[in-house]
Amino acid sequence: MEKFITLTSTIVPLPIENVDTDQIIPARFLKATSREGFGDNLFRDWRFDGNNQPIKDFVLNNPTYNGTILVAGKNFGSGSSREHAAWAVAGYGFKVVVSSFFADIFKNNSLNNGLLPVVVSERFLADIFAAVKANPAATLTVNLEEQTITNNADGAIEKFQINAYKRNCLLQGYDDIDFLLSNKAKIEAWEKTNK
Amino acid sequence: MGKTLFDKIWDKHVVAIVTDGPTQLYIDRLYCHEVTSPQAFQGMRNRNLRFLRPERTICIPDHNIPTLNQDKPIKDPVSRNQVETLTKNANDFGITLFGLGHKKNGVIHVVGPETGLTLPGMTIVCGDSHTSTHGAMGAVAFGIGTSEVEMVMASQCILQAKPKRMRMTIDGKLGAGVSAKDMALYVIAKMTTGGATGYFVEYAGEAVRALSMEGRLTLCNLSIEMGARGGMIAPDETTVKYIQGRDYAPKGNAWDEAVAYWNTLKTDDDAIFDKEIKLNAADIEPMVTYGTNPGMGMGITQSIPMMDNIDESGRISYQKSLDYMDFKPGEKMLGKKIDYVFLGSCTNGRIEDFRAFAGFVKGKKKAEDVVAWLVPGSWAVEAQCREEGLVDILNAAGFELRQPGCSACLAMNEDKIPAGKYAVSTSNRNFEGRQGPGARTILAGPLVAAAAAVTGRITDPRV
Ligand code: SF4
Repeated sequence: MEKFITLTSTIVPLPIENVDTDQIIPARFLKATSREGFGDNLFRDWRFDGNNQPIKDFVLNNPTYNGTILVAGKNFGSGSSREHAAWAVAGYGFKVVVSSFFADIFKNNSLNNGLLPVVVSERFLADIFAAVKANPAATLTVNLEEQTITNNADGAIEKFQINAYKRNCLLQGYDDIDFLLSNKAKIEAWEKTNK
Repeated sequence: MGKTLFDKIWDKHVVAIVTDGPTQLYIDRLYCHEVTSPQAFQGMRNRNLRFLRPERTICIPDHNIPTLNQDKPIKDPVSRNQVETLTKNANDFGITLFGLGHKKNGVIHVVGPETGLTLPGMTIVCGDSHTSTHGAMGAVAFGIGTSEVEMVMASQCILQAKPKRMRMTIDGKLGAGVSAKDMALYVIAKMTTGGATGYFVEYAGEAVRALSMEGRLTLCNLSIEMGARGGMIAPDETTVKYIQGRDYAPKGNAWDEAVAYWNTLKTDDDAIFDKEIKLNAADIEPMVTYGTNPGMGMGITQSIPMMDNIDESGRISYQKSLDYMDFKPGEKMLGKKIDYVFLGSCTNGRIEDFRAFAGFVKGKKKAEDVVAWLVPGSWAVEAQCREEGLVDILNAAGFELRQPGCSACLAMNEDKIPAGKYAVSTSNRNFEGRQGPGARTILAGPLVAAAAAVTGRITDPRV
């Protein structure tokens, strides 16, 4: 996993609530047996019509908006547990997703793939949408070490939460399986007492 | 202070707690299907690892499999590749497989409980959000991502933050013609699709106790649709009776010991929940959804909410959702014309659902312009439908049974609802395109589905 420390980027705004993982990556694209290539089909049915032509008013088809930070409405990533959704968002090139609320499994899946979910207040989220509407070149800065996000349009800063263990994993590019296997003696001890 | 049912099971499975981090939890059972496991198996190969406890994992292909001609090779090469990859992976790693054509094949969340592989007190995970289903047996069961599947393969453990606890007490009695599915859709409509995020829910109360095992599985299945990590119900006599004699259930002395332990699995009287919700079963009507998430449900006799009743921040999404369905605020759902009916899935693919559907259509005829897909959740359900004579009743009314699998629930096989068509579906998700690109899904219970299949319209099954 790549190490993540701090990032400043323009924003791709998606002010829709309850974006479920079936929209992020529709089921018919889940047939691969590797982790690669899902980015091409990110938001497939919002991006392309039935004839595979780009749908003009969808934000990913609008050259005005680009960047590695996706900002989405409340309750992003609900529904299916498919990790493919996190692979698709990361595979498309996003490094950070900002929302006022994330579904649990999506949040875990993102963290396990070096994609940082940042939870901000409703107010802060609304201000980001307003900033990018006023100026598509508006940027955000995310600092993982300090756990802060800055709206550079107005200088507002918010702290965000991430547990220390996961933060270290991301900062070090370290992985859960390495950690779990280093704990094997404890696993065997648990099994002995819980026969 | 007393403990909740959830805490009793969770705490018993804690192997270690990471300082300032998650809990390392021991997992009793891992289920794998063909869609969310290949990358985990590949990860194991890349790291040169074997399963720590291969006997605790079961592999079952269900998402991609056709519901006709299962004895023939799968036509779609990509689906076939996923199913064959699961077979190869199970063989290479020495894992039990109920493959295509196996008499124990079916949707994992139907097969687990009915074979006795799912038992009270267990911790159970699967790369599938509806793993919450198994909580109905008094287990702590939740869906996980593929990286986490790989963790469990390698270490039989998972790293998880401990969720908060919620108790949802539903007292009173369900009215005639109102099912566990209606109860679940009612609960989700009250809670909204994100309302239980971060919580593990224990369902309790008179109306929950009164549910059959099948009904409880339906209720817990839908927990994820309000964002909950999982849902569960304390094991009782209904649970024990259901398990006794099943293939993988404990036998002899082990059975007595197991039952004695299961009897301790209940929330203590003085235990405290982070949140308590109380509902009354008598308030529940047969339910239908009108929008594009499972929280957008209402009693079948009601009208679609007006825009004024929607929070301002949610109005764009609400309009988008109604546009997709081609419905208008204030409209009634009753009488709307529908094109397809789907009975099946891990929500309503059990024997009781087929009994309810067959009971309703008995002596009636399928509406000519309705296409109905009746897909049992497993081969065991299929066999029981035959034994009980339900197949004859269904055939006489113009219906046919298909072969088990996830089918139109997520349309990864050929069972896709065409764009623009309306489907009354007993599955669990009405997301845009869930049942095929452009498909419009109306979620409902088996009785509403049966009534729609017979009339071709949204119809109240009680009248
Ligand atoms: S029946 Fe539907 S919800 Fe259940 S496991 Fe299959 S695809 Fe998922």
